[in-house]
Amino acid sequence: MSSLLSSPVLSSLPFSLLSSPLSFLAPVLSSLLSSLLSSPLSFPLSCPLLSPFLSPVLSSLLSSLLSSLLSLPLFSSHTSSPVLSSCPSSLFHFSQRFTTVVPESCMLILLGLVLGGIVLLTSKKQLYQLEPGLFFLFLLPTIVGDAGYFMPARLFFDNLGAILLSDVSLCSDQKVQAGLMEFLLFGALISAVDPVAVLAVFEEVHVNETLFIIVFGESLLNDAVTVVLYKVYMSFVEVGPENVQTADYFKGVASFLIVSIGGTMVGLIFAALLAFITRFTKKVRIIEPLLVFLMVYLAYLTAELFSLSAILSMTFCGIGCNKYVEANISQKSRTTVKYTMKTLASIAETIIFIFLGISAVDKSKWAWDTGLISCTLIFIFVFRALGVVMQTWVLNWFRLVPLDKIDQVVMSYGGLRGAVAFALVVLLDAERVPAKDYFVATTIIVVFFTVMFQGLTIKPLVNWLKVPRATNRKPTINEEIHERAFDHCLTAVEDIAGLNGYHHWRDKWEQFDKNYLSKLLLRKSVYRKSELWEVYQKINIRDAISVIDQGGNVLTSARLSLPSMASRASFPEVTNVTNYLRENGSGVCLDLQVIDNVPGAKVEEESETHHFLAGNLYKPRRRVRPCQHCHTDRQRQDREIFQRNMKSRMETFKTTRHKRHSHKKDRSDVKEQDLNDKPRRNVSWQDKDPVVVPVESEDEKGEHLEPEKEEDVGITFVARKVPDTPKERPKSVPAGLEVCQSPSVAPPSPTCSERNLPWKGGIGTLPVCVSMEATKIIPIDLQQAWNQSISSLESLASPPGPVEPLHPLLSSSPLLSSPLLSSPLLSSPLLSSPLLSSPLLSSPLLSSPLLSSPLLSSPLLSSPLLSSPPDPQEKRERKHLSCLTASLI
Amino acid sequence: MGSTNSTLSKIPNVEELMQETGFTPAHIVRLYDRFEALDKEKTGHLRPQDFGAINRLAMNPIGDRIIGAFFSPGQETVDFHSFVRTLAHFRPVDKKRPKDPSMPEPVNSRTSKLKFAFQLYDQDKDGKISRAELLQVLRSMLEMQVTEEQLESIADRTIQEADLDKDDAISFEEFRKVPPARALRLTYQHGAFAAQGTQNTKTCKVHAHRK
Repeated sequence: MSSLLSSPVLSSLPFSLLSSPLSFLAPVLSSLLSSLLSSPLSFPLSCPLLSPFLSPVLSSLLSSLLSSLLSLPLFSSHTSSPVLSSCPSSLFHFSQRFTTVVPESCMLILLGLVLGGIVLLTSKKQLYQLEPGLFFLFLLPTIVGDAGYFMPARLFFDNLGAILLSDVSLCSDQKVQAGLMEFLLFGALISAVDPVAVLAVFEEVHVNETLFIIVFGESLLNDAVTVVLYKVYMSFVEVGPENVQTADYFKGVASFLIVSIGGTMVGLIFAALLAFITRFTKKVRIIEPLLVFLMVYLAYLTAELFSLSAILSMTFCGIGCNKYVEANISQKSRTTVKYTMKTLASIAETIIFIFLGISAVDKSKWAWDTGLISCTLIFIFVFRALGVVMQTWVLNWFRLVPLDKIDQVVMSYGGLRGAVAFALVVLLDAERVPAKDYFVATTIIVVFFTVMFQGLTIKPLVNWLKVPRATNRKPTINEEIHERAFDHCLTAVEDIAGLNGYHHWRDKWEQFDKNYLSKLLLRKSVYRKSELWEVYQKINIRDAISVIDQGGNVLTSARLSLPSMASRASFPEVTNVTNYLRENGSGVCLDLQVIDNVPGAKVEEESETHHFLAGNLYKPRRRVRPCQHCHTDRQRQDREIFQRNMKSRMETFKTTRHKRHSHKKDRSDVKEQDLNDKPRRNVSWQDKDPVVVPVESEDEKGEHLEPEKEEDVGITFVARKVPDTPKERPKSVPAGLEVCQSPSVAPPSPTCSERNLPWKGGIGTLPVCVSMEATKIIPIDLQQAWNQSISSLESLASPPGPVEPLHPLLSSSPLLSSPLLSSPLLSSPLLSSPLLSSPLLSSPLLSSPLLSSPLLSSPLLSSPLLSSPPDPQEKRERKHLSCLTASLI
Repeated sequence: MGSTNSTLSKIPNVEELMQETGFTPAHIVRLYDRFEALDKEKTGHLRPQDFGAINRLAMNPIGDRIIGAFFSPGQETVDFHSFVRTLAHFRPVDKKRPKDPSMPEPVNSRTSKLKFAFQLYDQDKDGKISRAELLQVLRSMLEMQVTEEQLESIADRTIQEADLDKDDAISFEEFRKVPPARALRLTYQHGAFAAQGTQNTKTCKVHAHRK
């Protein structure tokens, strides 16, 4: 490995990075990438042992492993896809119950045993074994990187003291058990509590957070410390015990400190670097995940290069950069990073466990020594317990929430040894450490015992002890606020009491972070955002998603039905538009982003198109809304607030909504439009009753229409008609303010029209139509929430183009080439009407499926078009039409 | 120890105070020293300005509220006893204390901690956190980071989330219950963290004595 690290490729890595100018990010990245990519590639070549090993095992194993992982409860508890039936893992999957009882690592070991057995049977000889290079360069980094990156930083630092202490004490415990250098070595490696095993078990058991983070953090750092200690002892062993003098022990300690602190520093430096780089990746989102991986891995390699603790370096790089990077990179990158890391870590973990299984089968690899094994088991247990008790005793002196006995029991019991210990012991050099075979055997047994026995029993134990479980609750904005307030409060109290306690330093750090670090490392746009606001948005998104996910189910979204809100009067007048809205009595469309949009030509076209269609395709049924007046200001405000909340969620919604939307579409009928209805509604798809809501002609009432409608059940296709004559248009709609969209054109953003509501107030008589036939029934509250989200989503969905005058468009419109031309519609007198000559025809709608559908070309539809009748007549016709349409569909 | 005793003897009714707040003599002495240090004019009373003189407190966004919490309504000054009593809110909850229904709720109980926090919000002392009050707190905590609009959305959401009886305000009961499990734990934890101050006092004192 050392030779590998000193190879030109690797050693040049960090420097190529440092020497490249940051401003030319792309070249740097590509060079980074290529160099990094080449390094692993060159690695197997330089290590001929590895390549034969890698290819057969990895290719055959990975597929089965991955699928086995996928079948594990961690990923999906309900799938048992036919694909899986072919791989061994499905053996473990035969019972749902089985997977819930047996932890993942147990199954992996069993799988390894089976595979190892097969291999042994066929080849009579152990073909595959763990190589140091593979382990240290590929497997370990992935595991540690994953753990480091996703370590909840705040909790971690809150409990840092505990973790550090438990670490060192537990490690030293193990040293006590043997005097020999080899045993020291062994003690070091066997004391490693495996984070993955612990994680898997604890996650399943849902122990409370404090306990979880302590054990997890401990095992993570333990990993690092173990590896460091392991290397130190390794060097001792290499020198030979007889040559080790007292001074060397101190040197060992010193080098331990240097190695770990140095590693940490390297990690932090890379964290800062990574955070800084991600500041500038706005245009190249695609490389963000790559950057994260590369830099974290680079931190690892660099530390390794200087023989510092690579694990610590990686861990701290992950922890350090997490906050800034997460804020800088896009949501998608975040997801990518998350799942890729998790997947990689799982794969690495799995490979190690399988190796464990394989080598357990091969008897030639290990020598049984009952004394050693039983002693080790007992010692491990006793020392773990002792260590925990001692250290909690010390800790409780400082801690505010003391760790009680139950916690201690679980902590000591949770000391699962796992892959890392095994890997380390396998990597021992048999020539230097004659007792290697014994150690291997013992380690295997220990791992088996801890993972199998303790892993299986810890759940009942936790149940039996009634350990406070983690409440699986989503964070609420209240918590967030109160938490901050409490932090401030405690800092203040410390100040008053004249103490420089934990909160004092925390506060100082936060100041520093806010004033310097964040400024340096965060994008400007991000920096200005408040964390609380982010949380708020996240919560909203989550709620909205859950509402949508639940679909037609009776909701759990009581929250979204927005109980009550404070008085609207207290809303500040933010923009002129909002003022205008308010003056008009509209509480509806306060979505600022919407308001700020200047509807563009395209939108306008769409609106025209829509009106055109609306006037002819819609079949309305009128009904006076009885509950028009029962809507209080409050509800409006609710909506208002909700809408504003939704601004940020558009992205998330789009997809879901898409699905839903098309679904709905199938069911809904095409509706006709009523001529003399309210103006502000252009088109909207809504889940509602087939109830027509004619709006009172007074402006103000009309403005509220949107929110109120949403309480109905079913789908509504509401259309707004554009003034028929060109004369009218300029008056009512100053050049292209019309915003409208046809639902069929842009399902994700059907209700663009809604943005215009405020402006349109004065336009006057346009109809709102809802079809009777709409059958979609959705519980009212759900619906309301749904609609709210949709409407705000929609408002965002289509970016506004520049405003253009209406008519110039006409000449350039693709109208003539549009499919519509060939439809019967075109032969209608309407063709010459102003309507047709409007830009609306050039809109994408024309090419939309709707238009090309038989519906459009049917004579039915063209009839109302042709007539453009007075109200009563139209009504009749519409009725007729609707029947026909219904039958058609 | 001699100094401890002599300091203690300077404080009137110290036994009673310790009984009431649960502070150890070492705590009391430590706090008394601090009190004296803050009380620059040696009047035996602290005025709001005295608190204001603490630099870091001035930077604390809700510092003035916390100062306010030391003064009972209508009072301009706070003496050592009330000072200690207020700080006692931040002592860790003692689990071992037997539940004695006849005794008044200890000042460091979870409920009183929450009550204390609640009062930081509830400035007009009407038992409810109104939207305006919440907004104030938010504004001071977030300052320039968010727009007024955002602040309001947050406030609205917060109230809406917490408000069980639909009165557009958060009552104490709602304040306690809203985040049913976790927030309580949080506050508990933080309440406990708050105790770190006093706990540190203890450890500081211990160190001092060891020296």
